[in-house]
Amino acid sequence: MDKSQKHKCEACGKDIEQEVLIKNLNVCPYCGHHEYIGCRRRLDITVDEGSFKEMDSDMRSVDFLKFRDLKKYSQRLEEAREKTGLSEAIITGEAGIEGYGVAIGVMDFGFMGGSMGSVVGEKIKNLCNRSIKNDIPLIIFSSSGGARMQEGIISLMQMAKTVSSVGRVMACNIPYISVITNPTTGGVSASFSTIADIIIAEPGALFCFAGPRVVRQTMKKDIPDDFGLAERNLANGQVDMIVSRSDMKETLARLIRLLRG
Amino acid sequence: MDLKKIEKVSKIYLKELISSFAKIDKLKKLRFFSGIHFKDALSQFNKRIEKYSRATRESNKVWNKVELSRSGERPQCRDYIKGIFEDFTELSGDRLTGDDSSIVAGLGRIGGRTVAVVGHNKGRNTNERIKHNFGMGIPQGYRKSCRIMKLADKFGFPVITFIDTPGAYAGLEAEDNGQSAAISGSIRLMFELNVPVISVLIGEGGSGGALALAVGDEVAMLENSTYSVISPEACSAILWKDSTGKKLAARALRITSKDLLKLGAIERVIHEPIGGAQKDPGRMIKIVKKYINDALGRLGKYQPEQLRLKRAEKFENIGFFTYG
Ligand SMILES: [Zn+2]
Repeated sequence: MDKSQKHKCEACGKDIEQEVLIKNLNVCPYCGHHEYIGCRRRLDITVDEGSFKEMDSDMRSVDFLKFRDLKKYSQRLEEAREKTGLSEAIITGEAGIEGYGVAIGVMDFGFMGGSMGSVVGEKIKNLCNRSIKNDIPLIIFSSSGGARMQEGIISLMQMAKTVSSVGRVMACNIPYISVITNPTTGGVSASFSTIADIIIAEPGALFCFAGPRVVRQTMKKDIPDDFGLAERNLANGQVDMIVSRSDMKETLARLIRLLRG
Repeated sequence: MDLKKIEKVSKIYLKELISSFAKIDKLKKLRFFSGIHFKDALSQFNKRIEKYSRATRESNKVWNKVELSRSGERPQCRDYIKGIFEDFTELSGDRLTGDDSSIVAGLGRIGGRTVAVVGHNKGRNTNERIKHNFGMGIPQGYRKSCRIMKLADKFGFPVITFIDTPGAYAGLEAEDNGQSAAISGSIRLMFELNVPVISVLIGEGGSGGALALAVGDEVAMLENSTYSVISPEACSAILWKDSTGKKLAARALRITSKDLLKLGAIERVIHEPIGGAQKDPGRMIKIVKKYINDALGRLGKYQPEQLRLKRAEKFENIGFFTYG
């Protein structure tokens, strides 16, 4: 990649040099807008170098409903794999954060809008079991448009499944921290991501059950510009804190220290 | 090409068929494209028409079910409560910010024992529907439900839920008040209950707002009810980019009671009187009452701890995936 290449900030429109953007963790140096980053990069900047051990890397979705809209589900999956180089919308495993062992899951909005189907549900369940088995805190970074429609009712059931799994972790008095990144909506915001001991949001992240378009449609009137944003959620008491990307690792480590007494 | 057949194909398929027919027509004009090849292409094309018209027929059938499941003529939550439970006493409020009239909650008696009852109530005429917000729950409703279920847990009463909602309400106030956390909180609480939980889908099972009350040890669907991750209309708008795809979406999503039983997402289908529950509401209510009594008997065998474990295991085992 050409390092002097310019990138236009989605929020303020200013040109940012590619090199500066990357160094700044894909946060705009002018307005602080947190851009999308993929789950691999997210892990790189969050966990101790070389500490991540992936679980279930070969678990794959199947088109068990033979779901076909304008495209087949199987084709959508193939395209998403190709585009992202990922096998699914979440990557899970064990890692260290400033030396603390954690069970960590990171969703990726780039893979079919981070939608939750059977694989996301099963990976989270296995991650929770690992957290319990090794008595290590559970951390999940969410980023999702909701349930994966192409898996029909089974995707809705993943909401119940993941809530049950993280509930078992919490029943063992093992800390569970949920990190909301842009966007987290629908079936993911209304399941495992909102029943954590502590909920952290990245600045400006959209975090709601129904998205702004749908709410505008139902209400038949305009809605505030900050609808569903992390900052509005903080004011409404729905998240514990807003933490910028550069402070995330240190904050997670501090919280683990505090929660572990 | 049989034009009559093509007329019966959903508009969305039509575009595709017309473009591929145009391609075949072009091929016909190519000199090296032999008659045999053309016949092949034509027969494949006809097969596709056949396939699409079958899909369209099936979609129409599923759509009838969607309409039936939403029909205001069907018995609603309050009808079942009145017909099944003695001494039913409604309880209100979430003790935090308010009440939600789209979700009914209270205590009643069946078979000589007390149970807690929670359900969505849509309302019938326009006034009722507005009063009940069309059965679309708000955080106050899910939190009220949690409060009543905790009460049931404390005194050892089984919990019966009736599900009939287009989905949780998508409004600014509901969002500001924590709609997401209200739903996930309800799901979580239902996993923690040490008492039998029986959930019956009586009409429309719309998405997270339905699931929030449907974490049962036994989940049953009335024959003509539906249960879906997203409304066919919304699904069509997203995936087909067109509202006319709603019937195709309804079929693709597999939302009928038969589909859900086959997929292992529910335990039981409760048969309706011929023509549907609305034809004989009194009989329908009796059938549901018998089901609830039987289910209470089945679940009565388990210890509290066993119920919780089995419930968690059941839901945590749902999913289809592969390795490699
Ligand atoms: Zn900017």
